[in-house]
Amino acid sequence: MSDAARAWDAAAAVPDPEVPCVNVAELGILRDVRLEDGVAVARVTPTYSGCPATLAIELAIEAALRDAGFDARIERVLTPPWTTDWITDTGREKLRAYGIAPPEESGGKATLFGAAQVTCPRCGSRETERLSEFGSTACKAQYRCLSCLEPFDYFKCI
Amino acid sequence: MSIHEALLELADDHLVLGHRIGEWCGHAPMLEEDLAMPNMALDLIGSARTLYDHAGKLEGKGQSEDDLAYLRGEREYRNCLLVERPNEDFAHTMLRSLYFAAFMRPFWLKTLETSGDETVRGVAGKAEKEMAYHIRHAGEWVIRLGDGTEESAARMRDAVAALHIYTDELFESSPAAHEAEAAGMLPVRAEMRDAWDEVIGQVFAEAMLEAPDVPYPQTGGRKGLHGEGLGHLLAEMQSLHRAHPGATW
Repeated sequence: MSDAARAWDAAAAVPDPEVPCVNVAELGILRDVRLEDGVAVARVTPTYSGCPATLAIELAIEAALRDAGFDARIERVLTPPWTTDWITDTGREKLRAYGIAPPEESGGKATLFGAAQVTCPRCGSRETERLSEFGSTACKAQYRCLSCLEPFDYFKCI
Repeated sequence: MSIHEALLELADDHLVLGHRIGEWCGHAPMLEEDLAMPNMALDLIGSARTLYDHAGKLEGKGQSEDDLAYLRGEREYRNCLLVERPNEDFAHTMLRSLYFAAFMRPFWLKTLETSGDETVRGVAGKAEKEMAYHIRHAGEWVIRLGDGTEESAARMRDAVAALHIYTDELFESSPAAHEAEAAGMLPVRAEMRDAWDEVIGQVFAEAMLEAPDVPYPQTGGRKGLHGEGLGHLLAEMQSLHRAHPGATW
């Protein structure tokens, strides 16, 4: 395996600290890892403007690269901004299995008023209602299933 | 006057409103709102951080985001008066957020289309979507309270009477903002009027509220002329950093 591939694998394996069922590659926030004069440079994009996990994620990626034997540097990339479209299919499946409904529509198409229809991650029912636009982390909203009556988190679509 | 001051105005708007909304943390009327408030505050403070950082670099005098947030006095803050208005009750708080987000969303959308500054476009791309959430959340509360009980409707009308006079300032460009507009960095503030009117009109119609005529709009924030409340807000926000310069977590 090439050094570049090894560096990518090391960085990609870092889990999201707040949604630990997915790693940073599945979440789509690890843009790439390049080797520049022997230094592994990981480019990372924050999810939300004020996501408090951003720094923790960057530090964890840097530590993972060092553990893999690389000198490491993190570059924070703001453009183009991350959208939920960047979550991989594997990532979406893992979110669902973890009990978090993955984002349903394309980030750019969210309408200003009118709620998205969200599928319950537990029973698959489309009969759900929104409890709040904002949940336990910046990236999630709170929903409730009207069929199985379980509350669940929805990964907000942006 | 310099172009970085236009970014400071924007950053100050976001930091001050973020701080105000954060004051609800632990005091909101229900758990969902107690989570929603810091969520919205974080969105605003996150945008402010990038804007301060960028403003400091453009100024070129080595000022960090912390220097700009913690070490400028009240008269040096350039936020509009709306965002510093006190929280009062939930009607005031939600209306203030609706007014602000209904302005910022079209502003950021236009920035994405037209700005030649990559960092500012990066902030805009994120914030535009976050502002849509703020509009929905605050808008739903304004409707719920305005079209609610006698008590909630009266409070909502009081909030409109108290805050509408501060909204014209959102559409005014300072000399620094004019410079940023001419340089193609930021869009022209006055051009957001139609989009703002549409959202506010839509929410007010459902909330059974009327927008009052404002013969004497309140302005002055962009010149550093603030209400009494901002000094108190900054005193709380800056006290630790001023007592322990350079303190970090």
